[in-house]
This record gives sequence, structure tokens and C-alpha cells, in this order.
Amino acid sequence: MYKIVKKERLNPTVTFMSVYAPLVAKKAEPGQFIILRVDEKGERIPLTIAGYDREAGTVDIIFQVVGATTEKLNHKSEGESIEDFVGPLGKATETEGIKKVAIVGGGVGSAIAYPVAKKFHDIGAEVTAIVGFRSKDLVILEKEFANASDRFIKMSDDGSWGEKGLVTAPLKDILDSGERFDVVIAIGPIIMMKFVTLTTKPYNQKTVVSMNPIMIDGTGMCGGCRLTLIEPDGTKITKFACVDGPDFDAFLVDFDEAMNRSRQYFDFERRAYEKACNLFNKEIK
Amino acid sequence: MITPRNEMPVQDPKLRAHNFNEVALGYTAELALAEANRCLCCKNMPCVAACPVNIDIPGFIKFLKTGDTEGAYKKLTEYSSLPAVCGRVCPQETQCESKCTLGIKFKPVAIGRLERYAADAHNAASSEPVNPTPKNGHKVAVIGSGPSGLTCAGDLVKKGYDVTIFEALHIPGGVLVYGIPEFRLPKSVVRKEVDTLSALGVDIQCNAVIGKTLTIDEIFEAGYEAVFVGSGAGLPSFMNIPGESYRGVYSANEFLTRVNLMKAFDKDADTPINVGRRVAVIGGGNVAMDAARTALRLGAEKVYIVYRRSMDELPARREEVEHAEEEGIEFNLLTAPTEILGYNNKDNPRDPKNGDVIGMRCIKMELGEPDANGRRRPVPIEGSEYIMDLEIVIMAIGTSPNPLIKNTTKGLEVNRKGGIIIDENAMTSRERVYAGGDAVTGAATVISAMGAGKLAAKSIHELLKG
Repeated sequence: MYKIVKKERLNPTVTFMSVYAPLVAKKAEPGQFIILRVDEKGERIPLTIAGYDREAGTVDIIFQVVGATTEKLNHKSEGESIEDFVGPLGKATETEGIKKVAIVGGGVGSAIAYPVAKKFHDIGAEVTAIVGFRSKDLVILEKEFANASDRFIKMSDDGSWGEKGLVTAPLKDILDSGERFDVVIAIGPIIMMKFVTLTTKPYNQKTVVSMNPIMIDGTGMCGGCRLTLIEPDGTKITKFACVDGPDFDAFLVDFDEAMNRSRQYFDFERRAYEKACNLFNKEIK
Repeated sequence: MITPRNEMPVQDPKLRAHNFNEVALGYTAELALAEANRCLCCKNMPCVAACPVNIDIPGFIKFLKTGDTEGAYKKLTEYSSLPAVCGRVCPQETQCESKCTLGIKFKPVAIGRLERYAADAHNAASSEPVNPTPKNGHKVAVIGSGPSGLTCAGDLVKKGYDVTIFEALHIPGGVLVYGIPEFRLPKSVVRKEVDTLSALGVDIQCNAVIGKTLTIDEIFEAGYEAVFVGSGAGLPSFMNIPGESYRGVYSANEFLTRVNLMKAFDKDADTPINVGRRVAVIGGGNVAMDAARTALRLGAEKVYIVYRRSMDELPARREEVEHAEEEGIEFNLLTAPTEILGYNNKDNPRDPKNGDVIGMRCIKMELGEPDANGRRRPVPIEGSEYIMDLEIVIMAIGTSPNPLIKNTTKGLEVNRKGGIIIDENAMTSRERVYAGGDAVTGAATVISAMGAGKLAAKSIHELLKG
């Protein structure tokens, strides 16, 4: 069992948790993920590591309530425990030799983008953070991003926070001005990562995306997290996000296929979520 | 006077095709006695040499002839840590039973069924506490709790070693738990074998992914004097034909893990699975049979095995093939898939069904000249293409070794296919690191993995006994 040592609500649907898992904390690096199971009947879900404290032995996760499992997780209180918590899995984000970076985060993906931005900031790289939310009341980690970046560009769909528009707009402006980065790292919904890639590709601006497909074991056994890379010569290569990723060269990723595959259990997830919500509602009554 | 071989009672195929209960029900005491009495206890014992762990087969059967199931069990455990598992999943027909003297003129003694009977009798009756061996002060780490790891740990703990098993998943058992289905190997049987090891003093650490959570170097730094790597087979292979990424294409590993480990068949479990009406499983091994029979039990109306060679070349155990046929699995032999077809509504790119599997294009094959392994090579028959109407396709065509340990262990050499290289004593290129099972050989049997775990335990004992 793994104890929740801290829990905080970041916005109406996004929660921060710090979990006591010393072996994971000792090794965790930005870009890696953990797999957890809330209880004995629970499914295994991957969540990207949002932070860690090696001395305290804790690992932070930030999650949005989107389905039955995250709903159950959100009902756990500080001091309670979760059944399983394994990691750190996947490869850490490549930072070596990078002096200038743009981190593009969207929605709850910003939670994952933040530790990556911080890591680059800590090693002395020049960090541009472009972060977007639907509206002001969904904003998370504003102060943290401000502290971990040299330039912080805020975007929202409705203009209630920063500029009105998508994260791709300021990115395009920067690239248009002739400015370049050693790498642009996009972290968020697949659709956002696809459009960031479509923005940077005409400029041949190196771009890395952090993929988050459906997984079970996360250790290179089930193959559920497979995605396709399309080489410039058209060769298709099957890769596994759990052991080969989760970071991939954005110009090679087949985003449409990844989007298709992510909808594999859409109906099931919706039903399970409703069931879980009803269950909790009953308890409250 | 030789009596006919005693058949083992099984669940009615019509019933069992819709439940996950064990198919084979095991011998009764009467049947076991009758079968044990068929054994000639011949002097040359060819069965023993044909067993990968050289169990004294006539030795344990002698006890059964007198009705002493506990004596038989004790004899078995001198050689095997997992008799209840091996009695169920070993391919006895190509091992011990294939060399049985009785088998020259008659049908061989049903050694596997007797092994299972003795182990089940013990597990049902025994509440006798096991006596841990006094500790000898040496620490050994075992990576993976599948058949090779459990065997290696069992042999070492009985010699007094302080053994820790590191398991990546949340429960121990490896392929015995995530791979082999409940109806062939009940999880309670695995649980019992694991509990016995825990009672003997083996420490099992779950949620520990070696190569990630800890490295082999860190294990040595923590005071372990030897390491056995039994991390199993790894990433599933795909055919590299168009359409393998459509929703509804599973690897057998994923399909079986969702059902066996995550209990997707249980309506209370949170892990989902899609089954569909019509399912095709590509491949002809035991894993393919397991996946096909699992799909049937999950409610598929029609399940096909699609295999490119003929029935004679099918690598699965005969018994599993027969069980599958009885349950209504259809075999499309001499058939190879060339493309998986997905739904595509050209008028509506936002149709949520776009990307769902709707079928598979196949081509008929004929057998040509034998290949390097002596198996006749399948050759496509021109113009024989046809389309199967399907909703789910499961790829059961093998795996390639997991890269996590190789990538994080300096000096650990692997072969071209990624399997860990070992010498005749199970030692790797890295000092004090031993390996065995699928991590070395690629996908193979439970018993060969156990044999490898046993050999490694012996070598580790030679190394550390001083």
C-alpha cells in the first residue's frame, strides 16, 4: 500500500497528490510515468510524474477526473493509501546539451509539462513556456510555471487568462520572427500535440511529443501502448510508448492513428464513469 | 494384464465454453489408483530422462500404488517446486509420457494426471506448517516470479538462502497468472504454490520493475551475492501487415492480461475488454488456443484460429487443440492474413466507428519445401484471397525479449534476438548473474523455464556454498 501524504484540489476537476513511494522517488526523472491501481478491483492506469522529493520519498501526480478510476482516486483522502504504485517507467525526457527550449502545455497536460520545464530551468537552459487552458478557472500551476521559465506565454480559449487563442498561435509568431529552439516539447491532448507539430514542421523546428496511450503493465509486455512512427522514406515502425517512450520525435508520430486507438474503450469508460459517480452519489445521500 | 489408460473427467464442452471454471477436473482416488497401477516401474525408467527436471517418476507413482498421496507429493517436491502447475500445463505427451515403456505397445501411463492428483490431494488436505530451513546467511535476488523464478527461489530457500523475489506486476506468478487462463490453470493453484514459498521464507516484493525501480547493480549494492534473471518473454510481435493499429486488434499478451490478471470478465472489475461477435486468433501455439478459448468464454459467437501451416504442424499441445475443437473453435488452417480491414465512412470522417476492425483479408497457403528447422514452408496460392468478416483480431505469433534489464545492466550480453546469453551452468556474461526461462530462450514452456530455474539454483549454490 502507498500512502497519500498530501492532496490538494487545483481546479474543479484537477487534483494534486503526493504519494509515499521512496523507491520510485529515488529514481524519478521528468518525462517518466508511474502506473497505479486504486484498489483491489481497480485497473492499472499510467500517470506522468509531476514532481518528486527524493529525501521525503514522495512522488507527485496531478490528474483530471475523466473516468471511473480517476473518480475513485479523487475520493481518496490525505492519509489514506492506494493499492499499487509502480515506477518510474519509461524514458526520462532528453535534456543533455539543450540550451534553449520551448515547453508547450495544454490543459491538464501542463501538469506534466511543468516538471520538464523546471528540469530545463534547473540545468540552466533558457525556457519559454507556452501554456493554454480553456478558461481562467481551469488554470493550474501558474506560479510554478512563472518561476520555471524565462518567458511565460499564457493562452486561453475564451481570453479570460492571458491572450485569447490556441498555444500554436504564439509559437508560430516566434518561429515566424526567425527565433529557433534546440527543441520544442509539446505535452497535452493528442490533438494539441498534433497541431503543435503541424506548426513547427514547416520551420523544420525539432519537436518532441509526450505520448500517453492506453497501457496495462507499462513494462513492455502487453503491447497495448503501441504506436506507429513513419520514417521520412515512408517506412512504418511499431514502437511501444512504455519502453521506447513516452517521448517521441513529433515529425514521425502517426497522430491520427494514436487518436483512433485512444478511443478503444470510449463507451466502456463512459458507462464505468457514470456507474462510479452514481455509486459515490449514493454514498453521499 | 494392462488396463486401458484412464481418461480424466472433464467439464462438458457445451457448458465450459461459457464459463471460466477449470476444464479438466482431475482424477478421483479410484482412477488415480487404477492409473498408478498401470506403471510397470521398469528398471531403465526412460520417463525420468525425458523430464526436464528429472522427476523420479516411478518413485512417486510407487507411493500412489499404495494410496499414499502425501508420500507421492513429498517425492515430487524433491524435484519440482510447482507440481500442481506442471501436472496441468506440462506437455507430457512430448516429454515423460513419450518415452514410457508401456507406450511402446499400449498407451503410456498418464504421468501428468497422476502428478496433478498427488499435488491437489496435498493442497486440499494439508494444513501442516512448512518448516523453513535454517538460514545460511547468504542473500540471493530473483527477478520475476514466473515458473523459472519460483523454481529457483524454491530450491535456494530450501538450502537456507535468504531469497528475495522482485516482481514487476502487482501480484506474483508471472505468466502463470497473466498468461495462462483460469480454465486451464486456476489462479488458486498458483496462489497456493506461491504461499508455500512465502511460508518457507521467500520474500516477494511486488511492484518492483528491475531496470527501472532498481537496477541489478543496486541489488548487488544492497548486499545480494547472486542474481537470477527470470524476467520472461517481452514485447508481443506483430505481422507488419496493414491495419494492425485498428481498434479491435490485440496482442494475445494484452488480451489475456486484461482477462487473467485484470479480471476483465468479472463485471465488478474496472478493466475493460472488447470481444465482439466474431474473433480471429492468428497463430497456432498454446497462447493462440488460450486466447481463442478465452474469447469464446467472454461471449464471442464465432472464434477462428488462423494458422498458416496444417494441423500436423500446429505447435500447441494436442490436448488443448482437441479441447478447443470440442468447444467449437473453428480452425482456418493453411491460411495467412494479408491485411486487417477497418471501418471507414468516407462521407463522415467524424463517424465514431471509423477505425474499428470489420474484417481481415486472407490468402490460402500450401506446404512447400522444408525450411531450416525441417518444417515445411507455407507458400501462398495465387488468386486464393478471401475476406473474413470480423470484429476482433488477436495476434498470437510470439514475443521478443524485454529490453529493460539488458539496457540497464553493463556487461550483460544478449544474442541477436535479444535473449540473454548463458553458459551450460546458466551463468550470464556478467559475474554472479544467472538467467533462465523465456528471457533466455524466447517463448517456451513452463517446465523448460522451471528446468532453467533449477539449474541456476544449483549453480548459485555451487558459487556461494564456499
